[in-house]
Amino acid sequence: MAFRVGVVTFPGSLDDRDAARAVEMAGGTAVPLFHASDDLKEVDAVVLPGGFSYGDYLRCGAIARFAPIMESIIVAAEHGFPVLGICNGFQVLCESHLLPGALTRNQGLHFLCRDQKLKIENTNTFWTSGFSQGQEIVIPLKNGEGSFQCDDETLNMLESEGRIIARYVDFDPNGSRNLIAGISNARGNVVGLMPHPEHAIESLTGPSQDGLIFFTSALKQLVGR
Amino acid sequence: MATIIVEVMLKPEILDPQGQAVASALPRLGFNFAKAVRQGKRFEIEVDGQPTPAQMEQVQDAAHKLLSNPVIETYVIRVEK
Repeated sequence: MAFRVGVVTFPGSLDDRDAARAVEMAGGTAVPLFHASDDLKEVDAVVLPGGFSYGDYLRCGAIARFAPIMESIIVAAEHGFPVLGICNGFQVLCESHLLPGALTRNQGLHFLCRDQKLKIENTNTFWTSGFSQGQEIVIPLKNGEGSFQCDDETLNMLESEGRIIARYVDFDPNGSRNLIAGISNARGNVVGLMPHPEHAIESLTGPSQDGLIFFTSALKQLVGR
Repeated sequence: MATIIVEVMLKPEILDPQGQAVASALPRLGFNFAKAVRQGKRFEIEVDGQPTPAQMEQVQDAAHKLLSNPVIETYVIRVEK
């Protein structure tokens, strides 16, 4: 039986269908979840997709954090339930305090949309186990508020605990501290990533198929449970 | 009726590219007084009558949980008549 991976749609989500497609291509069953319900529909993992939930009003992800579905996800994630937040989903995870730090306006103020080279730094998380340590991948980066910020203490903790899962390679596109593109929680079940793996799953439409590995990693982890 | 003002600012150590953009636009218009600019948010919350201490405590809670993100921002609260 295929594992069930929920994809949440908030008002203003854009990449929920691409995320669902990536789940299916990786061999899972994508289950649409709606922001206004707290029902996780017995899924095995959840993806919070990119977009502009609630219009990015107040701060990116600040209002989505209080959606009924997030109440269920926050409780489950604290008990080891796997969650991947992409772009706006990463912002929601930070606002939910499932991940430390915050995403702020890009240093250059421009909205970025480019194929971005990343280096995978931690292959011990639920969502990155299929990569090899130090592997370089290319997936799209598209955001206006992707600059990862945190205090020095948090940064030192992330570095010393190996919780930076991916860094930007060659240059810092948005002013993120220590070139951080993605981080995980201490347990490795919750991962936030600013670039978009779900847009790099097929050679026809993406710069690579590297993004698919995030989704196949999760499904392999579920098999191993 | 009173208005509770909540002002939210990025912490000094957090980069503020919007404020920097404003600071660099000012001289282009001939305004040369600004050494630096930080940009923030202001909330005006209307309440019936003078807010009670219990209400102010709730506003404080809301400022901490929703109106600001304590990871990157600070806030100040005051009441205007």
